[in-house]
Amino acid sequence: MLQFIQRFFGKPPSSATAKERLRLVLLSDHLSLAPDVVEALKHDLIEVISRYVDVDVPNCDVTFEQREKEVAMLANIPILGMHPRPVPPPPPAPPPPPSRGPDLPLLDPTKTGASVAVAERPPAVEPPPAPKPAKPKASGPANGHRPTRRKRRKGMSTNTAAPATS
Amino acid sequence: MHEMHEMIQEEAPAASAVPRKRGRAIVVTSGKGGVGKTTTTANVGAALGASGASVVLVDADVGLRNLDIVLGLEARVRHHVLDVLEGKVTLDDALVTDKRVPTLRLLAAAQTREKDDVDTIAFRDLISSLRDRFDYVLIDCPAGIEKGFVNAIVGADEAIVVCTPEVSAVRDADRVVGLLGDNRTIKLIINRLRPALVRKGKMLSVDDVNGILRLPLLGVIAEAPDVIVSTNRGEPVALDDASPVGAAYRQIAQRISGTLTGPPEIPRERTFFEKLFGSAK
Repeated sequence: MLQFIQRFFGKPPSSATAKERLRLVLLSDHLSLAPDVVEALKHDLIEVISRYVDVDVPNCDVTFEQREKEVAMLANIPILGMHPRPVPPPPPAPPPPPSRGPDLPLLDPTKTGASVAVAERPPAVEPPPAPKPAKPKASGPANGHRPTRRKRRKGMSTNTAAPATS
Repeated sequence: MHEMHEMIQEEAPAASAVPRKRGRAIVVTSGKGGVGKTTTTANVGAALGASGASVVLVDADVGLRNLDIVLGLEARVRHHVLDVLEGKVTLDDALVTDKRVPTLRLLAAAQTREKDDVDTIAFRDLISSLRDRFDYVLIDCPAGIEKGFVNAIVGADEAIVVCTPEVSAVRDADRVVGLLGDNRTIKLIINRLRPALVRKGKMLSVDDVNGILRLPLLGVIAEAPDVIVSTNRGEPVALDDASPVGAAYRQIAQRISGTLTGPPEIPRERTFFEKLFGSAK
């Protein structure tokens, strides 16, 4: 769509660019994650899933989406095929503690923005997801958790929307 | 009998005998500098005062005092907020009465001091004591989120966030909203909107900005020469009956006091005929 606009009308309106830049910068602010951390997360995510299925790596897409009260992580990971035999996961390494940027004194350091729900939520009741074997249930497009806003890519894909935790 | 009555009154603790005013303390803040906090404070304060409420404007921008300039009261300032906090003068000595609106007072900031010189607790107590005397205590917050910001917000239970339709201003406003916390009522004023640019897709719209900030909208102020001219003269544009921007500030004051409800007007472009024949003003 953007390309369509660009082709026929030259550059997109600068307000659209401003909006998109704002969206991304606030997302990053709210998650307290630098872009390179998001990139590392994407890499690790693909690596784990690749142990079970053959992933179309160049077309993988991990984004964060601001919703009404939370930020959701959307992973669109097209699958080319199954591995003949699932490789068992390596022994789990303890996840590093989430890093958080320095904040103001006197003020609640968990509050980083207007509509962040994720960062402000009380700690999850359940412990952080223990490294249980990833479910190779992404066996087809009939996956019930498909977010409506993301278009599907060719081929099979896992497309999960999970509230992001920072 | 009369004497007896007097005696009882004297014996009663002052706090319970005199029904205290409990005014509203509202901080005007933005995070980013240069978006119009001081102009907003002056104009909203003037409009509230002109409507008959008693208003005190507190300049919390210690070291960079400007509220007196915007109000045209710079020549009358004799003492400032730190003089009061340090007990050098009484509050009444430091309050400057506006020359046009008799119910409007200014407590100026110190120009030759630093923000770190202000004790946060003392400043909070000062705001609290001002609330006992005025219907509205409007605090002009400095830019930034350091100690000056903390001091300015500590005594306020309401906040007005001023934001211009720019990426940097919205980002900073978002940050400030997070820092203001959940215990304050926060409302938004979008300042310096240029409707013609919005129509051409060259400026973020009101919906773009508030789609992100999601705050109750008090009003939208268009970028207008009136504001610059009024600041040059030191006469708040809110007191100019002929100015559309002045009217927008007066409506904001009415929304704050609760006499006006419903969604605020979004400034629009002048129509072809208005451009041709000049506006009514």
